Amino acid sequence: MSTSRTSRSTRPAAPPDSRDAAPPAAAAARLSPMLQLTLVRFREFYREPEAVFWTFVFPLLLATGLGIAFRSRPAEVSHIAVLAGAPAADSIASALGRDSSLAVEQLDDTAAATALRIGRIALLVVPGAGATAEYRYDAARPEARTARLVVDRALQRAAGQVDPVTVREALVSERGSRYIDFVLPGLLAMNLMGGGIWGLGFGIVDARRKKLLKRFIATPMSRAQYLLSYLVMRLAMMVVEVLVVVAFGVLVFGVPMRGSLGAFAIVCVVDTLMFGAIGLLIASRARTLEGASGLMNFVMLPMWVASGVFFAATNFPAAVQPVVQALPLTAVVDAMRASMLQGSGLAALSGELGIMAAWLVLSFVLALRLFRWR
Amino acid sequence: MPSLALDVRALRKRYGDVVAVDGLDLQVPAGECFGLLGPNGAGKTTTIEICEGLLDPDDGEVLVLGQRWRTDEAALRQRLGVQLQETQFADKLTVAETVRLFRSFYREGPSVETIIARVQLEEKRNARVNALSGGQKQRLSVACALAGDPDLVFLDEPTTGLDPQSRRQLWELVEQLRQDGTTIILTTHYMDEAERLCDRIAIVDRGQVIALGTPRSLIRSLGAEQVVECAVGEGERLEERDVAELPGVLRTRVDGALHALQVSASHETIPALLALIARHGLTLTELRTHSPTLEDVFVSLTGRHLRDT
Repeated sequence: MSTSRTSRSTRPAAPPDSRDAAPPAAAAARLSPMLQLTLVRFREFYREPEAVFWTFVFPLLLATGLGIAFRSRPAEVSHIAVLAGAPAADSIASALGRDSSLAVEQLDDTAAATALRIGRIALLVVPGAGATAEYRYDAARPEARTARLVVDRALQRAAGQVDPVTVREALVSERGSRYIDFVLPGLLAMNLMGGGIWGLGFGIVDARRKKLLKRFIATPMSRAQYLLSYLVMRLAMMVVEVLVVVAFGVLVFGVPMRGSLGAFAIVCVVDTLMFGAIGLLIASRARTLEGASGLMNFVMLPMWVASGVFFAATNFPAAVQPVVQALPLTAVVDAMRASMLQGSGLAALSGELGIMAAWLVLSFVLALRLFRWR
Repeated sequence: MPSLALDVRALRKRYGDVVAVDGLDLQVPAGECFGLLGPNGAGKTTTIEICEGLLDPDDGEVLVLGQRWRTDEAALRQRLGVQLQETQFADKLTVAETVRLFRSFYREGPSVETIIARVQLEEKRNARVNALSGGQKQRLSVACALAGDPDLVFLDEPTTGLDPQSRRQLWELVEQLRQDGTTIILTTHYMDEAERLCDRIAIVDRGQVIALGTPRSLIRSLGAEQVVECAVGEGERLEERDVAELPGVLRTRVDGALHALQVSASHETIPALLALIARHGLTLTELRTHSPTLEDVFVSLTGRHLRDT
């Protein structure tokens, strides 16, 4: 029983109906609701390890995986064999072995047949009588066709063929034209979409489900500040997400950042506002997390496929191009690619920014009309 | 300060075909702890949510602290403390963070530490919400309702689902609030809670106030000194008509195998009851008496129990 712990009995000098607006509680009276709401957003985020993983670690893992899978490889070595036991087998094998792009071995009949069948060797050279040879390979396999060209050239040269034309080779690997250069802006855009839609949608629907939204509107809390706190968090998270992904791309894979940083930043900010508004729209009515995630997947899945994150959106038939090009994510992916890879400025990005602004306004206005606090 | 903290007249609210509140009147003077007692679905929560400005009534007038929701919402929100049924606070936040958030919404009020001390959660101030017991969560909920040092506090079924010890802790908290002079309006379907905490009670059924008064006056209105409950052996039958004619019996009720007799003088009724049972060759399997409670009041008024839905 502790009936002495009332605010009034701890400060007996105060008049009976005084409120704690004066010192020593003055510091408490200055608590900013906007700051507290924003702090809550961040706490809820970083205390959820899964959210941190999906936001920061997952895009890096994906970029690493794709970067390795589609790296520019050194010229490949063709594995071939020469049928052992034939009269000229040794000399042919040693002639072919001098070509650095060939790995040569001698195999007997059965071993050679097996190796050819399972694809361990691309081609089998069967030396014939005199200056003849037979190539056994599967012409449907690209590496077999390559091996045939290389083997034939090596064999003919070893036999004394002279190239009538003298050529010189200058090898090119331009930054900005590799797959990693193409896919990194796409991954960044996709990540920001996920962050915006999940970040707002989940948080708000969860609060509605827990009757916390209803509890909040029973206080003097400003509803605009509540929604704004989500936006502030998304903008701050966006800065970190962009820095992490771009720094990773530039430092690890040498992805170029050719456009002005200002234009790139504007694309990122408009992107965050747009996906925030779309997330808000998705969250405006849903009462359960299941309902909300269904809606989110319904919105995001078509864009993951159609918006050109992993392959160019122009691959889709011309008939659906107007739809594909009008998707929010397509606009973001195109704008980021144009800025990073082609160095496009704001003027060149105005089409994409226009589409994004239209989605932003449309979603936000609809969300405000539909939003339920209860 | 107006003399009435809450003035509700002819309140009506329907959901489709269901009439939740059907012409309800309530007048609660400032400083009172007022209880709305009734079974689930009686319209208590709808009434209280209209008073809290969370629902619009279809008809009727609601004056809260002398102000109206339509015109004075911003001012009213600063002066009310609200505790809702089934609010779940954010799991990942600590007690202190949650209280600080709610405190930040109000212009004036006690410090965060004072609020936490008031609901005796000092030891849990840095614990996350998901680590709290049911009773501690409910006290946190009350703490958030107190964040703006309210003139009027609404508590909607504050102890539903709590263990006995947690209920008692919450009762102490409400009693403390009442001593501080805060007007409290609470709903409950526990008669013992209403009896212990409330200065006055409105018994609500089917969207209307069917009885109003102090717990004592409501109970006294039964005119019964005692309630005698008895049962006879399985397969045996005690006629209600015979029981009703026993001396001192005011009202009778059969509840399954149990006969409940509201009596004016149990020392006259009980010997006669035993004689009646012996005369019919029945065996008495249960006999107990208790002072009448609000439950008995409710049952006499409606023929149903508070816990029935």
